[in-house]
Amino acid sequence: MNYLTESEILRLEQIARQLRIDSVKMIYKRQSGHPGGALSAAEIIAVLFFHKLQLDPQHPGWEERDRFFLSKGHASAVLYAAMARRGFFPAEDLEQWGELDCHLQGHPDRVKTPGIEMSAGPLGHGIAVGAGNALAARKKGQHYRVYVLLGDGEIQAGIVWEAANVAAKYHLSNLTVILDYNDVQLDGAVHEIMPLEPLAERWKAFGFHVIEINGHNTRQVVEALDLAEEIHSKPTIIIAHTTKGKGVSYMENDHRWHGAVPKPEQYQQALKELSGEGQ
Amino acid sequence: MAEIPQREAYGRALADYGAINENVVVLDADTSSSTLTHFFASKFPERFINVGIAEPCLVDVGVGMALGGFVPFVNAFAAFLSLRAVEQVRTCVAYAETNVKLIGHYAGVSDYKDGPTHNCVVDIAVMRALPNMTVIVPADNNQIVNWLPVIAEYKGPVYFRMSRDKSLAVHPADVKPEIGKAITLRAGTDVALVATGTMVGRCLLAADVLHGKGISAEVLEIHTIKPLDVQAVTAAAGKTAAIVTAEEHSVIGGLGGAVAEVLAETRPTPMVRVGIKDRFPVTAKDADLLMDHMGLAVADIVQAALDVIKRK
Repeated sequence: MNYLTESEILRLEQIARQLRIDSVKMIYKRQSGHPGGALSAAEIIAVLFFHKLQLDPQHPGWEERDRFFLSKGHASAVLYAAMARRGFFPAEDLEQWGELDCHLQGHPDRVKTPGIEMSAGPLGHGIAVGAGNALAARKKGQHYRVYVLLGDGEIQAGIVWEAANVAAKYHLSNLTVILDYNDVQLDGAVHEIMPLEPLAERWKAFGFHVIEINGHNTRQVVEALDLAEEIHSKPTIIIAHTTKGKGVSYMENDHRWHGAVPKPEQYQQALKELSGEGQ
Repeated sequence: MAEIPQREAYGRALADYGAINENVVVLDADTSSSTLTHFFASKFPERFINVGIAEPCLVDVGVGMALGGFVPFVNAFAAFLSLRAVEQVRTCVAYAETNVKLIGHYAGVSDYKDGPTHNCVVDIAVMRALPNMTVIVPADNNQIVNWLPVIAEYKGPVYFRMSRDKSLAVHPADVKPEIGKAITLRAGTDVALVATGTMVGRCLLAADVLHGKGISAEVLEIHTIKPLDVQAVTAAAGKTAAIVTAEEHSVIGGLGGAVAEVLAETRPTPMVRVGIKDRFPVTAKDADLLMDHMGLAVADIVQAALDVIKRK
């Protein structure tokens, strides 16, 4: 486990801030998208794509690369922003997002966008696909790690727990699951729509090593991901407590911003807040 | 190789093929003693994954293994693979174009003992509607054995549909099936019997009966429902001007539907579909008797041929 310098942490925080700005710009430009869950995942995505994942954007099919599965596919804006800034495709492509037959689909598409490991959209697939992929790596003797980013609402789906069984049965310690626990889903608060608690105990009971962090604390994200690699007998889930719509005051914790587009004056305010003006 | 059930032919052949192709992994959902993937499991335990009773998870775990470079054979009862797990199949196999081989067992009415919940007469319709999906229904054991390397080496999603039970032997041991290539088993001029799966053998028997009545019946086997051999179907229609389709599946959306779509658009031809007529099957004591009961008897094929010839 490498201790990151403050300047390195600052760099990642700056990237997270940039990814938020990119996401809001993309959603505004497209007049469609899901800001709430993109903003809540910005630090997690920043740390993964700019620190943790072993990737080669010039060779997205590189065999030894780490695999990242975005299970909460509606957070595509922040994923696309990170991939563009990491060099998988030109940043100008972001402006074409959602245009007729653009390679950047509404939800991620592995066939159209090289570097996307798996098409996503319907919720609940990531951990099952990730478990299968981690199992394949194990059986092929490959040393890459598999990362899955789950939304919290999606773990209401039964397949998530079916897949948790598989990950535990096969001791998939090469699988790290990150849960973006912002407690807001499309229709309202997760704890009201369908409560998930006691979440840590549930995952422990399912055979996972559980780490709880503040998902907006970049250092905690980094250290949790490092720690997961030290666990050799079971899969790890990082329960990242986050805020839906993080960084835009009027979006925070408001389920109406799961999939809404800001009006012009709201858009200006969002950019102002995200860029730190007036703070 | 007619004396053993289709599932046993498959199970034994898969275990044999596993020695040849080390990239094959086999997944099952607590049905390995039914699908007979246990032959493979006992020979290659490290390449066998049992996820328990969780068909949606089964499919997605197979997808993950395909992404990791394996050729997963994903086994479950057709009813659960094509219905319970259809969203996984749609999104993660068909749409995502992953190299997953979906093996639908106990299809049609072959699970006669367990009844309508375990029968599956809509899976061809479901799978055929999915872009990128190749849909194959083998006619007999020899074909099953020879299909395995073909579907394993083909790059892309495949749905392979099999019966629990015995089916009439049709092919020699060295049959070489090709994806999308129909097989003319018997030439004829008065009517074409276009059949798939377990109904191929029955159509050959029906052709014998028709021959006795002075009617020359062509028998065309469509093992690949998708991509359909359009050329073979339209040629048979052109030659005979009377088509009977036969399948152990609903008359809605299966082989009959596929053939009707092609002929309606390119060569309208009098046609009768032999299949299950938009109703659920029932529990029975024997698969053959249940097929007869559901309107799939040789006599039903003969009658359909006589009826359609009158409409020429």
